[in-house]
This record gives sequence, structure tokens and C-alpha cells, in this order.
Amino acid sequence: MATNSSLTSGALASGGQHHVTDIQRLASEGLTAYFGSAAAIRGITLGVPDRSVTAIIGPSGCGKSTFLRCLNRMHETIQGARVDGRVVLTARDGKALDIYAKSANPIAVRKHIGMVFQRPTPFPTMSIRDNVAAGLKVTANGASTPRRTDEIVERALRRAALWEEVKDRLRTSAVALSGGQQQRLCIARALATEPEVILLDEPTASLDPISTQRIEELLHELEGEMTIVVVTHNMQQAARVSSRTAFFLNGELIETAPTRQLFTSPSDSRTEAYITGRFG
Amino acid sequence: MAGLAGRPDGERTTVSAPAIAPAPDRPHRPSDRQRAFAERTLGTVQRRRIVNAVMLSLLFLAAIAATLPLLFILFHLMRLGITSLTPAFFTKMPRPVGEAGGGMANAIVGTLILIGAASAIGLPIGVGAGLYLAERRGARLANAVRYLSDVLNGLPSIVMGIFAWQFLVRPVGHFSALAGAVALGAMMIPMLTRTTEEMVRLVPVALREAALALGYSKWRTSLTIVVRTAGPGIVTGALVAMARIAGETAPLLFTVLGNQFWSVSLAEPIAALPLQIFEYAKSPYEEWHALAWAGALVLISLILVIGVAARFATRQRFGAHGD
Amino acid sequence: MSEGDGAAVIANGDDAPRPLRIVGSAIADRVYTWVLTAFALCIPALLLLLVIALGLAGWPAFRRFGFAFLTSSTWNPVAGIYGAAPAIYGTVVTSIIALIVATPLGVGVALFLSDLAPRRVRQPVAFLVDLLAAIPSVVYGLWGIFVLLPFLRETLMPFLRDTLGLGGTVFFSGPAYGPSMLAAGLILAVMVLPYISAISREVLLAVPRSQREAALALGATRWEMIRGAVIPYAKSGIIGGIILGLGRALGETMAVTMLIGNRHEISASLLAPGYTMASLIANEFAEASSDLHLSALMAVGLTLFVITMIVNGIARWLVWQVGRTGSGRP
Repeated sequence: MATNSSLTSGALASGGQHHVTDIQRLASEGLTAYFGSAAAIRGITLGVPDRSVTAIIGPSGCGKSTFLRCLNRMHETIQGARVDGRVVLTARDGKALDIYAKSANPIAVRKHIGMVFQRPTPFPTMSIRDNVAAGLKVTANGASTPRRTDEIVERALRRAALWEEVKDRLRTSAVALSGGQQQRLCIARALATEPEVILLDEPTASLDPISTQRIEELLHELEGEMTIVVVTHNMQQAARVSSRTAFFLNGELIETAPTRQLFTSPSDSRTEAYITGRFG
Repeated sequence: MAGLAGRPDGERTTVSAPAIAPAPDRPHRPSDRQRAFAERTLGTVQRRRIVNAVMLSLLFLAAIAATLPLLFILFHLMRLGITSLTPAFFTKMPRPVGEAGGGMANAIVGTLILIGAASAIGLPIGVGAGLYLAERRGARLANAVRYLSDVLNGLPSIVMGIFAWQFLVRPVGHFSALAGAVALGAMMIPMLTRTTEEMVRLVPVALREAALALGYSKWRTSLTIVVRTAGPGIVTGALVAMARIAGETAPLLFTVLGNQFWSVSLAEPIAALPLQIFEYAKSPYEEWHALAWAGALVLISLILVIGVAARFATRQRFGAHGD
Repeated sequence: MSEGDGAAVIANGDDAPRPLRIVGSAIADRVYTWVLTAFALCIPALLLLLVIALGLAGWPAFRRFGFAFLTSSTWNPVAGIYGAAPAIYGTVVTSIIALIVATPLGVGVALFLSDLAPRRVRQPVAFLVDLLAAIPSVVYGLWGIFVLLPFLRETLMPFLRDTLGLGGTVFFSGPAYGPSMLAAGLILAVMVLPYISAISREVLLAVPRSQREAALALGATRWEMIRGAVIPYAKSGIIGGIILGLGRALGETMAVTMLIGNRHEISASLLAPGYTMASLIANEFAEASSDLHLSALMAVGLTLFVITMIVNGIARWLVWQVGRTGSGRP
């Protein structure tokens, strides 16, 4: 219904990203998401560059989490939720796939676009190892043998900087880990299936400062290898971990720019008001 | 005010009058009006206190009276049941009247078979329906099914017996353990539906979302994450349902009939502990009465064992590993 | 932009290239939903089958006797005349006795547990009362025959009749054999007690603490708080619990069959034997010789079914109402 108007407003909002030369791994075009009849985000057009960290900031209730959940079709799992518009995932060979196309299956989409949530969500009935291997069971390149699974689990845990802490108790319950360890476990679980993109929804909001720092370091290490989108309410965190930042307000994309530029010389007055702490 | 002082309720307060008598060193004595007012207030306070004490004691007595029947029943069960509880009770078949000894081996096995067969019918349907209710919380069909399930849960068990008799005994022409299992299984369905729904609802939405975000399909999320996490609670619900049907008698009268001989076939009439207790309790023979008490003790013990298992299942949180 | 097959090949890091596929069918999910829906539909189907079974089985008797089946007090298998009035009467009387005895006890123990009992007492008492619900009906019957009946015959009935002088009234006249509507009513009271107390407790615990504190802050005694603030708040839920107990009492079979004396009579005296609908079916089913006799029993079953359906429907609605308004209030 709102496709037309959302496309135009999206085109306006995307003005700031024309100078990006990098390939865009994931790009939304005129994305509008509804809860029932109320639109939570309107006409968002935003590109996410390959092998980099993109941060999304904004005051709470601005729709940044909703937008993130639209990027791997998680938004529609809520009853009464609906999405208009396109999200294009570009493969390495240049082929572009609209994840909202009729032929696209949300389950298959999510295998390529992983997600980590605000609160750690280890599966309580599974051991640490099985938690990390949980996604392998449903991916095409899933492990065929227990040995291969062990290798993948170790690799994922090493990449998530958790291996040294848990290598001696892989078969014990994942709920016994600390909050920060649980969150890194969830990151390892998302990494294990080798997704194209990882979406993180305020991954450190429920963690202590030390755990937060570890996760931020982790994002730095992963930056060169994969495409990451992180939603955060913490501007300092966005400044620390991301190379590009997008600012959301009241369900609209106000501005997107390289992080340094957005924080030092924002082009929109509302962005400036937000980053200087005048609201939010 | 002064007019009220002459009212007869004033008399009720005479006992407490000394308490408000003026202290001797007071400079002024209270006027009659003040005095009457104080007495009346004190009277009300005292009456309220007495009513309070009486009613609270009544509540206390109600609590005692409510726990007494159970203690009595357990006491008599132990006293009268244990004396007849010999090894033969578990290993021997019932004997004809007049012959000493004999046991309820066939009835014990029969009851276990009935519980097993009823669970085979009631468990999948009850858990499946409960999952449906939890997954489609707001849907109109879900609300209707939830309400009907509650209504079904409150129906007399004898009605289930008639249902199984009409469809499974009458057309076939003879009683069978299967018909009894269907009646008992049908009773389990609404109990399980409700507990399953409640247990599944306790699983955080975040876990479901985490699985979906990994690329799990809905059915896989539901069965391998949600049901597994709610597992202990569902097992508890299943055990509680088993305990409740274990002692059911009325539906069995119309379906399994009872059997004096050894039978483990679902197609034949089968013996069951509650039926045997009923038969023996009605009989005029002392030795059968004793066997009935022993049977009741065994039945209650079976139910309590299942109940304890249910509590144990609830406590266990981290189960087996993933694969 | 090729969305046709939705597949492309990418090289992912140092790993072997893996196809990027986002198509796929959701058929498995749809099948899963169908299966769950089918399970859920078993419940309405089961109720429907119950109605059909009872209707089929009881229809001949209803067709033969019409409405008189419910009002006639003659039950004569030899002559082939059946009237269920004594059984309906006995069901009502025993259920009323059960509720009169069990309601104050059940609500009382629930209030004791929710508002008076120290924490340490709460759990064990609640456990003991709940355990009453775990005891099978047939065991209640057994205990009733060998413990309750002798006590009634030798102690309670003479006491009520002679010592209290109630024998002059119609309710306690006649000989005291033991098996009677009073005995059945008392055992029913014990059996429905856990249901009434469990639901009352649940509703009472749902009464917000602020209600209680507000009453106490106004200077109310504990009892005044209970009467003025707690009970009004939980009233319809407690009534729902009582009606739910009534539903149980109406349909209880085994214990009643063993204690009520099984006689087709309408007697005002509670000391006299009688019949309830459920006990009538259970007791005569085995000896029913003619098809009409069987059908008459099933017609009684149908009547019982309809009555309990209505009673349960009302009770569930009341309890559900409390859940709605209770949580909605501040």
C-alpha cells in the first residue's frame, strides 16, 4: 500500500551514500515494516558494504531493531507483522537476490544472514558444543561426520574468542556460562554456518563492561572477513566498532555516512542534535 | 451524643470500664459525654476483635478439618492394607471364594497395560493439541479448542466409558482392554492439552527466535527447541495424567469388564486393580475385603510413585545432549 | 537482477565456494501445522462423538417415554417402565450436601493458606489437601464402606437423630442403616474439597497485595480485611470453583455407588438410601437384560452429560472472567 510513497522517501534518504564505491553485500530498497496497521519504519533505503561493520544508531523506539529484523525476515515471525519493499543480497559473483521475492524462502534466507540478539539465547537443553553445531544441522554445507562437526565447532569458537575458556567443557550445559560467554557462544553459533552477513541487535546491552569490550574486539577481528550490521543505542560503541553509521529517527533513516564523518560533521541537524546529546 | 449514652450497648462495655477510669493525678475528670463516647468506641473495638478472633479460629479449624480425611484414609489404608500385603499378592492369581491366599497379579499387570495403552492414545493427541494451542495463541479455533478441552476435562469419567462402549464394545460384541484404553486415553487428552500449552508458553520467545534466525524451520524449531526445552514440564504433565487415570474405575465397567484369568491381550477383557477392588469391596467375604484393602494400598502406592516421578522430572533441567 | 532460480555461487573466505540459495519450499512447515491442527481438532471431534454415542444409545428410551422419562419415579425393568426422577433427585441432594459441607471447608482452608498460615505450614497443608484429589474414587468407596458407614450408623446418625432431636424433622427420620444419601454426600464433600480449595486458593493468591494493604491501612482487622477486601475481589472466581466442584460431584460414580444404597426412591430423609444418575448406570449396567433397559441407562447418561456440560460451562466462564478482570485491574 505504501510502496510508492515509501520509495520516494527512501530515495531521498539514500542521498548520502552515493560515494560508496564498495560492493554492497546487503541493501534495502524502500523498506516499510508494519505491526498491524502501524508502520514502525518507513521507506528505508540503505546499503551495507561488504566486509565491514555498519552501525545503526538512534533513540529507542526509532525502529532500528525492527529494520535489522527485516534484513533476515525475522520481523514477519511476529503475529500481525508485515513488510513492504525489497532487501537485496548480492552474491560474490554479482548475482543479486531479493530476499523478499516470491520465490524466496525465509528459512533459506536466514541460513545466509545470521543474527545475534540483545540477550544471550543459548539453547538450555544443549551442551556448548551442540549449541555451536545447532545451525549446522540445517545448512547445506552441514557437517557430515562428528569429527567434521568438532572441527567446525572449534573454528567457530576460536573466531568468537571463546575456545580457550570452554575447550575443556564442551559437553557441559551452555547455561552454566557467564552472560558474556553466552553471548560469544551465540556469536560462535551464528559464525559456524558461515553466513554472508551477521546482524547483531544490541549485542552488549545486557553485558558488563569487560564482556562488552571483548565483543567489540571480536567485531574488529571479524570486520575484514565478513559483513556485519550492529544495532546499538550506545554512540561510543558505534564510533568504536563501525566503519559506517546510519542514524534512525521515528522510523525513518535520517542520515548514513562513514562513521567518522557522521560523528564529526553530520549533514542533518537532527543527527547533530542526537550525537551531541540534545535528545535520546 | 448524650442521648446515645443511655443505649443498652453501653452495658456491654462495663467490663472494660476500669481501663478508662481516670488516673487519680489527672486535674480534670472526663465529662459523662466523653466517657460514654469512649466506652462505646472501646466496645466496638472489642467486638471487632472478638469477631476477628472467632472467624480466624474458624478458618484454622477449617484447615484442620480439611486435612483430617486424608490422614484418616491413609491411616486405614496402611493398617488394613499392609497385613494382607504378602508376596503372593503380587505373584498369585485370584482364588475362588473360600480358598485362602490368592493375589492380584493379573490385575496389577492389567492396570499397567491399560495405563500404557491409554498413554499411547492420549499422549500424542494431548501434547499435539497443546502445542497447537501454544503456537496459535490468539486464533479463534485455538480459543474454542481451549474452552472445549476444559469442558471435556470436567465431564464425568463414566461418560467416557459409555462413549467407548457404544463405539468399541457394542459393534464388536464383546468387552476388550482396547475399549478401556480408548476411554482412559480420551480422559488424558484434555489434561495433557492444558499442561502442554502452559509449559510451552513458559519457553521464552527469544529461544524460538534464536532457532528461527539460525535457519530452523517452524516445525524443527517447535520440536527440537521448544518442546525439548519444555520437555520436563510436559513429562510431568503426562505422569500426572497417568496417575489420574490409573485409579479410574467407572469407564472400565463398560469397557474392559474385568477378568479372573490371566490375559494381556488388548482384544480381550482384562483385569484391573480398581475393578478388582470394587468387586471385592462389594462382596460379603472377609478375606476378599482384606484383599481389597491390599489392592487399594498397591493402587495408591502406584499413583504416588508416578507422582513422585513427576516431581523428579520437573526438577531435572539439563537433559541429554543434542544429537 | 536474477531472481528466477534465486541461486548463485560465491566464494566464502578461504572455504570452498558454496551455493547461495534462498529458494525452497515451506511444505514441511505446512504439513506440521496441519498435523497440529488435526490433533487440536480431535478435541471438538471427541466431544461430538460423545454426544453421538450418548444420543444413539439413549435415543430409544427417550423416544419411548418422552419427557416423562425425566419426571417419572417408576423404574421397573420387569415391566419395562423407566423413569429417572429418583436418580436425578438423589444426584441433586447428594451434590447439595457435598457443597454445603465442602464449601466452607474448601474456601476456609484456601483463606487460611492465602492469608493466615505461616510460610512453613503453607506448603504441607496445601500438599495434603491437594493429595485428596489423587485418591481414586474406588478407594474412597472402600474407605466409606468399612470406616465411614459404621461411624455414621453407630455415631453420627444416632447423634443427629436422637441427641440433637432432628429425628422429628423429615430430613433425619427413619431407620439409620448406614448406606444413604447422607453417606454419599459426605464422601462427595471430601472428594470435591480439593477442587474447591485449589481454585479458591489460586484466585485468592491473585488478589493484589495492594487490596489487602489498603484495608489494613484503614485499620481493619484481619477478618475485616478478608471479608471486606479479599473475598469481594475473588468472589466470582470462588463461585466458579464451587460450581466446578459441583460438576465433579454430579458425575462421581464409584464411591457413591458403594455408599448410597442403590434404591429407586424419592425420600426426604437423608438417612434413606437412594440413587444418583452415575451410580444407577454403573450399578445396573452389568445386569441390564433388555435393550430398553440398556437404553434407559444410556439416556440417564445423556442427561448427566447435558447437566455437567452446562454446569462446567458456567464454571469455566466464571473463572475465566476473574482471570480477565483480575489482571486488568490496577
